Amino acid sequence: MPNDQAVSNSMAASAHAALSTVEPRPGVPKPDPIMVADHVRRSFGGLTAVNVEHVEIQRGAITALIGPNGAGKTTFFNLITGFDDANEGTWTFNGRQVAGTAPYKLARIGMVRTFQLTKALSRMTVIDNMRLGAKHQTGERFFAAILPFLWNSQEKSVGERAMGLLERFNLHEKVEDFAGSLSGGQRKLLEMARALMADPELIMLDEPMAGVNPALKQSLLGHIKTMREEGTTVLFVEHDMDMVHDISDWVIVMAQGEVIAEGPPDTVMKDQAVIDAYLGAHHEAQLTETGESLTESSDGDSA
Amino acid sequence: MDWTFVLTQTLTQAIGIQAIIYCLAAIGLNVQFGYTGLLNFGQVAFVAAGSYAVGVIVLTFDLSLWLAIVVGIVVALVIALILGIPTLRLRADYLAIVTIAFSELVRLTVRSIAFKDVLGGAQGLNGKLGQDFHDTNPLPADFQSLPVLSWTRQDLWVVIVGWIVVALFTLLVWLLVRSPWGRIVRGIREDEAAVVSLGKNVFAYKLQALMLGGVIGAFGGIVWAVAKQSVQPDTFRPEFTFFAYTILLLGGAARVFGPIVGAILFWIILAGTGEFLGQAIQAGWIDFLQPTDVGNIRFVLMGSGLIALMVFRPQGIFGDRRELALDAK
Repeated sequence: MPNDQAVSNSMAASAHAALSTVEPRPGVPKPDPIMVADHVRRSFGGLTAVNVEHVEIQRGAITALIGPNGAGKTTFFNLITGFDDANEGTWTFNGRQVAGTAPYKLARIGMVRTFQLTKALSRMTVIDNMRLGAKHQTGERFFAAILPFLWNSQEKSVGERAMGLLERFNLHEKVEDFAGSLSGGQRKLLEMARALMADPELIMLDEPMAGVNPALKQSLLGHIKTMREEGTTVLFVEHDMDMVHDISDWVIVMAQGEVIAEGPPDTVMKDQAVIDAYLGAHHEAQLTETGESLTESSDGDSA
Repeated sequence: MDWTFVLTQTLTQAIGIQAIIYCLAAIGLNVQFGYTGLLNFGQVAFVAAGSYAVGVIVLTFDLSLWLAIVVGIVVALVIALILGIPTLRLRADYLAIVTIAFSELVRLTVRSIAFKDVLGGAQGLNGKLGQDFHDTNPLPADFQSLPVLSWTRQDLWVVIVGWIVVALFTLLVWLLVRSPWGRIVRGIREDEAAVVSLGKNVFAYKLQALMLGGVIGAFGGIVWAVAKQSVQPDTFRPEFTFFAYTILLLGGAARVFGPIVGAILFWIILAGTGEFLGQAIQAGWIDFLQPTDVGNIRFVLMGSGLIALMVFRPQGIFGDRRELALDAK
């Protein structure tokens, strides 16, 4: 089973160990947080989309951010990555105050995100999409750009790294194809691989499984686990409970803009507050059903 | 019907001074719109900046043309900053609205009576604007005319240097777009947010593209002032920008040689139909048109041609159909 596999891996084991002593309640402090957010609020007119009192993201772990539609997950993502401006609140990344920092600067210091609606750069080749992700490129400066001898060798090494990642993500046969000609799932893979080109310390995936077929889902799960093994902290927004249960070390539940529960996946999914708020009262029966079928479907997929 | 006349006239104009001016404006648009996706509908303002820099520095202040070229570049850069800083953070359409308004603002300001002493008002600036340049003419003083191409000694020198300037800017654009810099601006054209998420300062790149395109456009204006020895405010109407876009689309946007092919084609169509219709009316082949209609009819034909191009070959002459067929978002 994928779960046992994950636990046997070193980074997964240490993430589990670090989080095992953490009490499962909203806003709980973590032993080694990479990100700490305080009093983050965003309202659109009269609607308060996000109102997070305190939340910490554990370094080196895979953290899932779940919640019903309109819970403010993506808005919260946009706020902490600088793509949207918070009405109030502060948050730190690696101990550094980053509230109000431009999104491109956040990406440079290691907080790289993907998007719910995949943003493959359609009319550029797959390899160019990848190369774009690499940081500190000399040839990206205007005057250096017109003198190819200044950046040729760097371009080559960036290309080699890109090829390595494309092979890992099984896109190496599409190198010279336009990104727009890829299938939806391949675009998801490309976006993930491209984000890795930027050497993230914290990779933030907004619904990585949306619209992806089951076979590809398994490979995406594998890629996300590999990211953790390489020391990248993963925070992802997801609806797919299978996936959340399967790979996350810690789950944060949002509803109506607030963090209502936190904890290891098993604990959170049994939490009555989560069941009520996340799935609604009349869905209660279905949740237990889904919960039971989790193991079955995992078995089926890995068989 | 004088076919030789039609052909020589057409060819002369196809690679003539007007073609060079429009070509430079279109190269600038290619950087801004073709590669970066910036909808600059006010390219003519940059062209006007180049022309007026020459007019004001040489005629009003009686200084050197070479200084005027430097001033023209600086003014274009300043205009790009003024237009870009407030609008480039907003959605693409805002830039389009602001630039077209700005270009009309520039034209109405330079032709206004208030600045008549410096800018010449509605009459513009007329005089020996390009003398410093024409003094460098290496062609023999008794030069008459080339076979076929009917340029004067002065015009031929402008044409030669003009195409060299076009070649240099084309080389610059070619070097830029194949570099990592070019990759970023193409990425911005596709999806800004994705490029931001990879740690690139999108705003700075858009500003750079606007500035570069503006300076190339200003060179079109400089060539104009030097060649015609006159700067007329009403030549800088919004149509100029639209013709430059026509040229860009004819040749194929986001193609290095698109603006050159587009400019030559544009003038072949415009001059060719003009000369042909003129001759045909004179020869009595066409009796439902007057010679005075020709000027307008050729734009009707140009418009029809552009529509046909958009229907049958939307990527332009050089474009990649495969690229265009993709969903842009």
